[in-house]
Amino acid sequence: MNKHIEIKVCTGTGGIAAGGLEVLERFQTCIEQAGLKAKTLTGCLTHRVGCRGLCARDVLVDVIIDDQKFTYQYIKPDMVERIVEEHIINGNPVSEWLVTEDYLSFYNKQQKVVLAMCGEIDPEDIESYISHQGYRAIEKVIKGMSPEEVIDEIKRSGLRGRGGAGFPTGLKWEMARNAPGDEKYIICNADEGDPGAFMDRAVIEGNPHAVIEGMLIGGYAIGAKRGYVYIRAEYPLAVERLKKAIEQARHKGYLGERIFGTDFGFDIKIKLGAGAFVCGEETALIASIEGKRGMPRAKPPFPVQKGLFGKPTVINNVETLANIPSIIIKGADWFASFGTEKSKGTKIFALTGKVKNTGLIEVPLGITLREIIYEIGGGIEGDRRLKAVQTGGPSGGCIPASMIDIPVDYESLARAGSIMGSGGMIILDETDCMVNVAKYFLQFTQSESCGKCVPCRIGTKRLLEILERITSGRGKEEDLKKLEKLSNDIKASSLCGLGQTAPNPVLSTLQYFRDEYEAHIFEKRCPAGVCRDLLTYTILEEFCKGCGMCLKVCPSGAIIGEKKKPHKIIPEVCIKCGACFEVCKFKAIKRG
Amino acid sequence: MIKVKIDGKEYRVKPGITILQVARENDIYIPTLCDDPRLEPYGGCRLCIVQIKGMPRPVTACTTPVTDGMEITTTNEYIEGLRKTIVELILSDHPNDCMVCEKAGDCSLQELAYFYGIRTNPYYGERRRYTTKDNNPFIERDMEKCILCGKCVRVCSEVQGVGAIEIAYRGFTAKVTPPFEKDLNCEFCGQCVSICPTGALMGKSSLGKGRQKDVKKIETVCPYCGCGCNMTLHVLRNEVIRVSSRPDNFHEGWLCVKGRFGFEFINSPDRLKRPLIRVKPRDKNSKELPVPDLNDFREASWDEALDLIANKLREIKDKYGPDAIAGLSSARCTNEENYIFQKFFRAVIGTNNIDHCARY
Amino acid sequence: MAGLATVFGSGAMTNSIPEIENNDLLFVIGSNTKENHPIIALRMIQAVRKGAKLIIADPRRVPLVRFAHLWLQHKPGTDVALLNSIAHVIVKEGLIKKEFIETHTEGFNEEFLKNLEEYTPEAGERITGVPKEKIIEAARLYAKAERAGIYYTMGITQHSHGTDNVFAIANLALLTGNLGKESAGVNPLRGQNNVQGSTDMGCSPNTYPGYQKVTIPAIKKKFEDLWGVRLPEKEGLTASEMLFEAEAGRLKAMYIMGENPVLSDPDTGHTVKALKELEFLVVQDIFLSETAAIADVVLPATCFAEKDGTFTNTERRVQRIRKAVAPPGEAKDDIWIINEISRRLGYNMNYAHPEEIWNEIGMAWPAVAGITYSRLERGGIQWPCPTIDHPGTPYLFKGGFPRGKGAFTVIKYKPSCEEPDLDYPFILTTGRMLFQYHTGTMTRRVKAIEALYHEPYVEINPEDALDLGIRNGDTVKVSSRRGSIVLKAMVTKRPERGVVFIPFHFREAAANMLTNSKALDPLCKIPELKVTTVNIEKFKED
Repeated sequence: MNKHIEIKVCTGTGGIAAGGLEVLERFQTCIEQAGLKAKTLTGCLTHRVGCRGLCARDVLVDVIIDDQKFTYQYIKPDMVERIVEEHIINGNPVSEWLVTEDYLSFYNKQQKVVLAMCGEIDPEDIESYISHQGYRAIEKVIKGMSPEEVIDEIKRSGLRGRGGAGFPTGLKWEMARNAPGDEKYIICNADEGDPGAFMDRAVIEGNPHAVIEGMLIGGYAIGAKRGYVYIRAEYPLAVERLKKAIEQARHKGYLGERIFGTDFGFDIKIKLGAGAFVCGEETALIASIEGKRGMPRAKPPFPVQKGLFGKPTVINNVETLANIPSIIIKGADWFASFGTEKSKGTKIFALTGKVKNTGLIEVPLGITLREIIYEIGGGIEGDRRLKAVQTGGPSGGCIPASMIDIPVDYESLARAGSIMGSGGMIILDETDCMVNVAKYFLQFTQSESCGKCVPCRIGTKRLLEILERITSGRGKEEDLKKLEKLSNDIKASSLCGLGQTAPNPVLSTLQYFRDEYEAHIFEKRCPAGVCRDLLTYTILEEFCKGCGMCLKVCPSGAIIGEKKKPHKIIPEVCIKCGACFEVCKFKAIKRG
Repeated sequence: MIKVKIDGKEYRVKPGITILQVARENDIYIPTLCDDPRLEPYGGCRLCIVQIKGMPRPVTACTTPVTDGMEITTTNEYIEGLRKTIVELILSDHPNDCMVCEKAGDCSLQELAYFYGIRTNPYYGERRRYTTKDNNPFIERDMEKCILCGKCVRVCSEVQGVGAIEIAYRGFTAKVTPPFEKDLNCEFCGQCVSICPTGALMGKSSLGKGRQKDVKKIETVCPYCGCGCNMTLHVLRNEVIRVSSRPDNFHEGWLCVKGRFGFEFINSPDRLKRPLIRVKPRDKNSKELPVPDLNDFREASWDEALDLIANKLREIKDKYGPDAIAGLSSARCTNEENYIFQKFFRAVIGTNNIDHCARY
Repeated sequence: MAGLATVFGSGAMTNSIPEIENNDLLFVIGSNTKENHPIIALRMIQAVRKGAKLIIADPRRVPLVRFAHLWLQHKPGTDVALLNSIAHVIVKEGLIKKEFIETHTEGFNEEFLKNLEEYTPEAGERITGVPKEKIIEAARLYAKAERAGIYYTMGITQHSHGTDNVFAIANLALLTGNLGKESAGVNPLRGQNNVQGSTDMGCSPNTYPGYQKVTIPAIKKKFEDLWGVRLPEKEGLTASEMLFEAEAGRLKAMYIMGENPVLSDPDTGHTVKALKELEFLVVQDIFLSETAAIADVVLPATCFAEKDGTFTNTERRVQRIRKAVAPPGEAKDDIWIINEISRRLGYNMNYAHPEEIWNEIGMAWPAVAGITYSRLERGGIQWPCPTIDHPGTPYLFKGGFPRGKGAFTVIKYKPSCEEPDLDYPFILTTGRMLFQYHTGTMTRRVKAIEALYHEPYVEINPEDALDLGIRNGDTVKVSSRRGSIVLKAMVTKRPERGVVFIPFHFREAAANMLTNSKALDPLCKIPELKVTTVNIEKFKED
């Protein structure tokens, strides 16, 4: 008889989308039917757990029998029965469904601090968190540390803001603590808005109590009695889990009056953001919580001096706060043992783009981009050539392939013309057009500009229009200069971080990939074959077998030819959709 | 008092005030489109950017408080270059129809274009176009001319306490609008019109009546309620075409709907133009509200009317004594008129039967 | 006015408009400031933004309530009960300013205190309908404030006991020492551009310019010397009395300059009848008003933009108005007209320019002797300003009261003249709205205003409307003991149950057809325009 059976099913947003809830339910039914509960000493437990990173392989399922863990990938509900029967009952894991070698290499170079419990604990059950030393940190703080000692510990740990700017967290807390006033606030910024980034969502979905505990400690340190979590409404699962977590924490007495029987009281309110990217900017976020239109204001005064409702306010990112409990429990020195001299700890990235393994990763700061791409990411899809790494989302820049041996830390990335940002990391290969990449980000920032200041509202629009002209073959020589000047002027004169960093994608691609711009402007050619207006499709007679597939899919009737004879594309009719290119089995369509 | 250095010159200033305030007090020119001393600092137009020694990037003078020892540069090639770009960007999304614009000659944007000598604009592209019109009867809202300085939004909420408009949408499409893009429906104080730096907001009753040329501006006091607001009548060819109010008066230049837009009566065709003498006898039996009808009267010369009045008053005074005559004066007339009216009753008629309407 | 003059020795706003911003408490009673004094309301909003507390006492939910910390919705006509119970709490809780009372006031005696006894918060609640907790809170807020300002208008004065209301207000200020300093005082807001000026100028039956009593021989002598004639001895008739005298046939002629009493005075039927009784009626105006319509001679006058002179605003600020345009047709300014009639009656008035008159006013009234036209070029000056180098007086009573000591007054609550009964179950209160002004002679000739706000209406509480089967926009007939009018119903929570409101701007449904001209304040002769009992029914065409 087995002593202990545990089954953990990924039910993050990715897991649920892949059918995680159905898989979980099927496990429960199968276990019930097999009467497994009676056959084990401590029961047969099924857990929903948060994201463990490799969402591309969802649904991921751990089957743990007496401390022996097997992980399955790509699990669908109808596969469950076999796993239960063969593995759990008969003790023979279903080997063809188990994760493969490269799954393990995905984790080898990672260092899980913030995400350590994601994928391990049940995010909807506070007991699960408590059993992993949950709320021990706040207890330690309240019972045995002065606010100054807490701040000192955080300062010594070297933790810096994970929202992107990298401001030292301990210092921020100290400034708020020292700011005059008896009413102060701590806000958790969960308005994650970079396209393709989902670090904060995963943390809240996978381990919401860590964020709550981080806020409690922060509140204690700065002298706040109330905290807000500003979270985007487009994260319904995270919102719900956070709500549940707050309720459970209140019920347990970790939130509310007289926590641990002391005078310290603290509570948290959730404020939903309405999907404005700019509300991730702290002053806009404050305005939004206050019920105003989410528009930034000039700093100084900084929020630590005059923030929410005019009171000293600390705004920390989700990941920053989720780091706090571990630092308190394990100590600043432990935390500082990860990372580089100026960038301590770990950082979560949403690794996307042209790598084989996409997903959520947590790495020690100082790791090289090469390690991330080739070891964790498993290299480029189709083994094509790496062109660049985009970090920092719309505010960041593109680091060329030649520089991928630089370490990932705040300073190095900045030196390379990009930023750490909140954790977006997009891998670009030879099939990506860098002008188009810049255009994509400008489209985003332009439509997300709040409209308050002129350089951002109109300047980014004009930048975007120049890029549109270039990618459609109407670029002029002077446009390069204009892009540079306008970009620099926008950076210098915009009101908030959004505008000040919006030109970064343009400037960094101009710096490293000027030749691509020039090809678009002078040769009217897109080297990566992306910009539709610059493409021409022709049929290579020597390869064309006259199968007629291209003719069939062409939506504009631009292809003519007789069966079994080479076909032709009429350029005037061709709308450059690329359907023929995709469908041709003989590589007879030339794009260029 | 703290010391700051502006463009190399030292100033002793109150702590806590902004760089722009110091500049204004000392007549140092810093351009701005979104600042008004009567409103909270905004920092939106970015024109007032200045450089401060030791700071990595330029800051806006309107939002940055001075600190002791601060060294500020308000103008140099770099700053002016940034400012010029900003004006160029605004103009790249502006109708630039100054030839026919109501605001020409009184437009802050026009002045800046002039100041920076912008003849050709390196930036061009899409311009905002709005086809629907706001049909409210008071305020012409031409949002294509709006530069999103936010003054109207702020004055409406901070000063007027109404909040009838707000910026909606994002990015290039950001737009000042009443809720749900409906027609403006508010107190129509026109504070927004008075503070708009461009021709985006204008009083409808003034449209096409005259811009700046040959307009005489006469300082006077509002004829409506007891607040006594100061107003400037804009007069062209013997017609009041517009009313404004100076921000430096005791009520900071704010007016209400009546003061700002209620001047049309001056030129009403209903105005009495000649003395009238009754021809149709009064119907003494009717207690109904009388209906004003010019046909009840005939026009008369001043001499005839005045003689008639004098004779009648003398006759009644002689017959019944002065106390059979009474005068009602007006809270709408001037002090001087009220003074001589009561003097007329006391000294000329010989009665204290004089009162006014302050009770109603 | 007369009320304040009795207790302080001067009756005008004690403070000035810019000072409002620095009040730390504003008590606005009987004033729909946001609509009737829009620019003063802006200062109040600024004060609130700066942290001041705002208390509003008004039977209607006036727009300023949105900014208020405390709204006391008392029944119309119960102001004395409300104010006395606030005073009761202030005394009971020991919140009075003893030192101020000892040095600056008189009448804080047994009788005064004994009278307050009965106005407990409970009694206050019973009479006014305001919960006693709110009365207590208002008392504490007001008494504990450093710089509390009271602001009131016709909601206080247009009652048969209007002077009592003012006395009760003054008592509050005296109890708490909120007088004689910046941003603290008692401020009647004057409703028309130059009400202050016309009273200052002696257009009153009992005072010469500068509130100098006609009955004091020395003063009469002074004016006789100044004007070079013998002057009448006894006080004259007040406006309301004139109409009664006219109706009775004792008053034979009236000369009305720039007024429209037919619409603005209570009981239109009575006004019309009285004026028609006159042998001779002269009206001088800029339009053919409803009053001019029954005149024997109508004289075309000039409007504000067509003449020079001065207005004095509600905060005693004398300001220049200037001629901007020529008058239409043969219209003449009032000064020329009076000059001409005087000359015809054998008294030479040859004022060539208003400045000459102003200089004479300075001789007649020392408080404005220091104000000259040339000084006014640099902006308005607030009287008192006795000498040419005096800066003017933003707030009054800095060193004490003109009458020596501020006087407490024993005031008892008296019900209004008309109280709701079965025939007339509703209380009608009248007033202005933001967009129209007074009898509408000016504003109703502004196209934009007329486009939106041309229709008379009566505000009815939704519950009352439900009882009466009236829906928003229905045509209703409102009747009083004096007459009836037909107009649209506006169903709104602005008035409480049992109270309706009609703006008096509209001749189409003249609110004053309903009001009562016989209920007058005994001291000021102000009619009770704020409390008239009426009946409302759905209008059926016959």
